[in-house]
Amino acid sequence: MILVNNRDKVEWREGMTVQDVLDAMGYDYALITVTIEGTFVPEHDYETCTVPDGSKVGLFHLAHGG
Amino acid sequence: MYIPGMKGNNPIFERNVPGTTEKLAKATVGIAGCGGLGSNAAVALLRAGIGRLILVDHDTVEASNLNRQHYFQADIGKKKVEALAAHLKAINPEVELVLHDLELTPENVPEIYADAELLIEAFDRADRKRWLIESWCVAFPDRPIVAASGVSGCGNTDGMHVHSSGNIHVCGDEESDMTMGLCAARVMMAACMQANVAIELLTGDKE
Repeated sequence: MILVNNRDKVEWREGMTVQDVLDAMGYDYALITVTIEGTFVPEHDYETCTVPDGSKVGLFHLAHGG
Repeated sequence: MYIPGMKGNNPIFERNVPGTTEKLAKATVGIAGCGGLGSNAAVALLRAGIGRLILVDHDTVEASNLNRQHYFQADIGKKKVEALAAHLKAINPEVELVLHDLELTPENVPEIYADAELLIEAFDRADRKRWLIESWCVAFPDRPIVAASGVSGCGNTDGMHVHSSGNIHVCGDEESDMTMGLCAARVMMAACMQANVAIELLTGDKE
């Protein structure tokens, strides 16, 4: 099981990538920042970076305005 | 006794939270963008006693900025970094300011903020927020970045929160978009949340 934003649970499976977690969460936002156990994951690694079982994942949605 | 030039000893900080002034006086904070978030966060950090700020923006002040940004009629047409520097110095002349009137890029972030121990992300556009967080986290993985996302519209005060993971902290509702329009109360609230998180991090106990 993966815990997203200390709130949402996602069923873990072997070889699960960051992109798989985003898909499982239904996140189709273009502008997301991702952490695994507090460590930043660059966008170009989403398809290859695997998420260990039991991980805490942070998903930040970035919206325009400031 | 007040000794001019001695950081943290200035009488304007007499009512500060005990133990914070000395730590903040030694701190260098980067501000990326001097608009609604950056100008207001800079003022809040300055009043808290921050010793040194690195201000970066390439824009000039426009009339439409005055609905939420810390500028005045007389600033219209001036470079934002210069106008903001004047206002900050008018509050505390002892603050040390490093001004960069240039466009930040993913490439120049590491050099511009080389000696900043914390960054306030204060851009308008979400795509720029994203690459700034990435550039900072790659260049300085052990230093915090305090960003803002979802600061538009009016009301929804309860929706404002701080979302943290590792060294990334995001203030706002993470939803509202600037197509809703921007209101001073909400943008300034987010800017002050950013400043408050920064102050907490800078004055906390470090291992």
